[in-house]
This record gives sequence, structure tokens and C-alpha cells, in this order.
Amino acid sequence: MLKTSDPAELQLIAKQTRRLIIEMITAAKSGHPGGSLSAVEILVTLYNDVLRHDPANPRWPDRDRFILSKGHACPVLYAVMAQCGYTPVEELKNLRKLGSIYQGHPDVRFIPALEASTGSLGQGLSLGIGMALAARLNQSPSRTYVVLGDGEIQEGQIWEAAMFGAYHHVDNVVAIVDYNKIQLDGFVKDILDLEPLVDKWKSFGWHVIDVDGHSIPALQKAFAEASATKGKPTAIIAQTIKGKGVSFMENNPKYHGVAPTADECTKALQELA
Amino acid sequence: MSTKTKFELKLGQATREAFGKALAELGRENKNIVACDADLSKSTMITYFAKEFPERFFECGIAESNMVAIGSGLASAGKIPFVSSFSAFVLNKGFEQLRVTAAFPNVNLKVVGTHSGISIGEDGPSQMSIEDISLACSLAGFTVISPADEVSMKALMRAAVEHVGPMFIRAGRVKAPVVYAADQKFEIGKGVQVIDGGDITLIATGLLVAESIRAAEALEAEGVSVRVIDLHTIKPIDRDIIAKAAAETGAIVVSEEHLVDSGLGVRVAQVVAETNPCIMEFLGVNNTYAESGTPDGLLDKYNLVARGVLATARKALARKKK
Ligand SMILES: Cc1ncc(C[n+]2csc(CCOP(=O)(O)OP(=O)(O)O)c2C)c(N)n1
Ligand SMILES: [Mg+2]
Repeated sequence: MLKTSDPAELQLIAKQTRRLIIEMITAAKSGHPGGSLSAVEILVTLYNDVLRHDPANPRWPDRDRFILSKGHACPVLYAVMAQCGYTPVEELKNLRKLGSIYQGHPDVRFIPALEASTGSLGQGLSLGIGMALAARLNQSPSRTYVVLGDGEIQEGQIWEAAMFGAYHHVDNVVAIVDYNKIQLDGFVKDILDLEPLVDKWKSFGWHVIDVDGHSIPALQKAFAEASATKGKPTAIIAQTIKGKGVSFMENNPKYHGVAPTADECTKALQELA
Repeated sequence: MSTKTKFELKLGQATREAFGKALAELGRENKNIVACDADLSKSTMITYFAKEFPERFFECGIAESNMVAIGSGLASAGKIPFVSSFSAFVLNKGFEQLRVTAAFPNVNLKVVGTHSGISIGEDGPSQMSIEDISLACSLAGFTVISPADEVSMKALMRAAVEHVGPMFIRAGRVKAPVVYAADQKFEIGKGVQVIDGGDITLIATGLLVAESIRAAEALEAEGVSVRVIDLHTIKPIDRDIIAKAAAETGAIVVSEEHLVDSGLGVRVAQVVAETNPCIMEFLGVNNTYAESGTPDGLLDKYNLVARGVLATARKALARKKK
């Protein structure tokens, strides 16, 4: 596994991750490219720099934990975990096929190194806070990172978890909102607007960092600030572009849950060369 | 429907598609109909209604429990609301709201759960609803329907609007074989005897109706006389059609795309036990959450196809012979 804090090296991993996402969703003929591509820098920065984890020892009790609460974006998680050495890269092309470990949504029965089975939106933050509370009880240095979709945080449970996390001073949990402004049926502002989002998290008692979610140095700085923040949990509002890196997918609600055609795949891979 | 017809079982619309189209059509006739969605309008097909009647459509975002209770509020104030999402989300996330704001006060809320069963396919278990019949039937006073094809969905949607009281309607993602002629009549609470026969009865709901017809035709070819019954209404269950089948055929197989120990089968068994006890066998999902795959691949792997119905029927027939 390549562990590095060098943004240029992380950028290269990010590009390769995008290529793997496009290839696996094209092969599967279904899946969610938009929200996978928007979260690439977030996951690469976490897995290849920030997280304390060991692919050779996935059950290490003091490891940091990662939950992809917006489970439909699992292609980005599978690509990043495979490149770290958790699972075979060659098998990514079997995404969503019968018998594949790369299930349509993260499934711990198939990949035990996953921290959670997700896919029903709205539950990951509560789970993550539970894991963080256990770490605190165990006096473990383990920290928990939860990636949420912007559409996902329309679920009431997210705000129950937000209230709880602040009230119980759970400062070893970090929520990252992939704020790509698009959900399934269209733009978030046309469905159920979240604004003022930074103020909402602040008023719920969280330390909030508003950041460019495609800037690796900005993300590194935000994760460091989160670790240094004591007494309250941190929410990172990552301003992102849905479909980032593939021109015809960027900001296009169509590619929330539609696989690229073979031609679109070729075009996308050219852009990601 | 007459006996011994040859069924073509050509693929028709998915029942979610038939639901969406029927709702838009009914919306033209009845201004009291309103609809709510939780960011899945293009998947549940409630989009047809939303496009035609934007002023009577409420997009609730990804917040199913809120949507259910908003629907109950609309119903309490005299509207006829259809609230819809994937079956797994609207029932599991909305269950407490369904219980307290819809079932308990008995309001006229219509809940439509699409993408039921394992035939949703590639998305996998988190989106698969294999416990929805159980959950919906456990809501006292609810009517629960599960149409097998586009014809029955269309007719039962009309019946749903006429019926006053809370209701759950189960729909599927994939194209469903057409079982019925366009003029077939349906009544809530009355099963349809699709094929008459005397040696064994195959009871099914949803996609398993067509599979049971296929299994029946295979058995007929071997000289077994098979009755097939579509229980499109699961609650209130058609006691008469079940009691009669038990008495007249002495063996019943129940097949469903649902957990086998908490769906249609156990409800049929209760009626059989209370009326004319007979040999029974059951086909469904066995105590597991399935996985990702193509819809056809999954139905095949989990035996929810004619082959599975046939094997289950053979077990029942062998027991009957003894
Ligand atoms: C509880 C629940 N309701 C609905 C869905 C269906 N669904 C899958 S993805 C999605 C939209 C998610 O939007 P967002 O959270 O913004 O994700 P992203 O843009 O990052 O892909 C919806 C409604 C679901 N998976 N879970
Ligand atoms: Mg989004």
C-alpha cells in the first residue's frame, strides 16, 4: 500500500481511482458513477494518507474506521481499498455480478474488511458515533470517518446523530459531507434544499470546516484540524462536483445512477489519461 | 378465467410502471388524489403523476418516515394520498409512522412499495424488500395487495382509490409476464383461480404466479391436474378460495418472493389449519438476505422460478400419495 502525504502522488492515485471507477461501472452496466467520482479525493486522502490502518491486519483493534454511509458510491471505496491491497484489483470488473465480492452496495459478508454494510441512506453517522464511543471507552486512539451524501442528510436520523455527537463530545468522529449538490432525481436545491448547511452543523454544536473537496492539500489540512479539535465532533463540508473528472458527467444529474456506455467509457478514459 | 387455457405469459410492463400510469390516469378523474415521493420518482414511476399534476405532488426528499406521516396528515384531512418509495425504505423506515399515524387511527393512506423481492437485482440486499408482506400485514386494519402483472395492477389501483382505509401495494422492478386478459375482473379480498384442477393447488403472489402457471403446465403434461390461484390480496386473505382448494385438492404449495417463514405462505397455512387441514409445502427466501446479480440470475439461484415451484409441488404430491 502506498502511504504518502505528497499531494502529487495522491493526485496520481486519484486519477487511477477514477479510471477504475469508470471501468468497473461500465463492465457492470449499472451503478452510480456521479457520487463515486465526487468522493475520490476524499477517500484517497483518507486511505492513502490520513487513516491509521493496515490492509494485512484489517481487524487491528486500534485501527481508524471508515464508513461510506452513502453506500451506492461503493465503486470509489472498492477502487481505493483494492489499490491499498485489501481486495483484488483484477476482480473489480465483476462489480455487481452474481458471486462477486464487489456487491452493488458495501456488504461485510463479502468483504470483512469493510466496517459496515450500507445502502439504506441515513444510518452511517449513528454507526460511526457508536464506534467512536467504543474507542473512547477502550481508551483507543482510533478515530472514525463517515462520508455522507448531501441528499442523504435529508434523513432525520442524521440530525439525531448530529445532536447526540455534539452533546456527548464525541471528538473522535468526523463527518464528511460530499456536497455535490445533486441527488437521485435532480439538484438538491430543487428537491429539499439544505442551506444554510454550514450554519446548520454549527448550530448542532459541531466544529465545521468548509473546504474544496477536490483539493487534496485542503482536505489534508481539514483532517488535521479535525484531529486537533477537542471536545466536539467535526463536520467537513466538502464542496464537490458530481461526476468530477469526466466532462460529460460533471454536474449532470443523469449520471447519478446510469452506467457509461462503451463509447462513453472510452471517452472518459481518454480524459483521465 | 376458463380452465386449461394455454398461457402465453408474454413480458408486459413492470408492475411499478403499471402503478405509475394508473395513478396518473386516476388523478385525471379524481382531484382528491395526491402523491408523495422520497427522491425516487423516476424509479417508482410516480413521476407520471408528478409531471401531470405538479400542484398535487409533494417531493419529500430522502426522508421516508417524514413522508409517511405527511401522507397520513393529508389523508386525515380528506385527501387520497399515495406515498411511494422502494418497498424496503418506505416500510422499514416508515414503519412506526405507518403504525401510529395510519393503521391505528385507520386513515385512508395508500402506501406503494416498489422494487420488492430479490428481483430488484444488482443493487443487492440493502434495497431488497423480502419482509414487506410480513410488515404490512402486521399493521392492523391495513389492506395488502401484491399484483402479478400490469392488468391486475391497473384494476387494483382503481379498486384502491375506491376502497376507504389504509393500504399497502407491492410492486416490482422488472417486466412482469402478462397473466390476465385485459377484461379480467378483480376484487380486493378475492383471489383469482387462474387454472382449475383437482390433484394439487399452487397458490402464489406477484412474479411467482406466472412461475406457478409454468409449473402447472409441466405437471399437466405428466397427467397431474393442477389448480393455480393468484392471491393478489394478501390481507384480508380469501378464506373461501383457500378452504375450497384444501378440501378439493388435498395439497397446497405456496410460492412467493419473500421470506418463506413470514409472508403469504404462513397466512395461507393458518386458514388451512382453521378450515380443512391438508398437505402443504412452501417456496420463498430462506432466512437470508440474498446478494447482487441480474434479476433472472438471482431468481434462478434462489429457486424462485418454475423449476422451484415444480420441485416443491413434487414434494407435496409425494406426501399426498403416502
Ligand atoms: C433510505 C434510502 N432512500 C432512498 C435510497 C435510494 N437512493 C440511492 S442514492 C440516492 C440519492 C443520494 O443522493 P446523495 O446522498 O446526494 O448521493 P450522491 O450525490 O453522493 O451520489 C437515493 C435516493 C436509498 N438508497 N436509501
Ligand atoms: Mg449528492
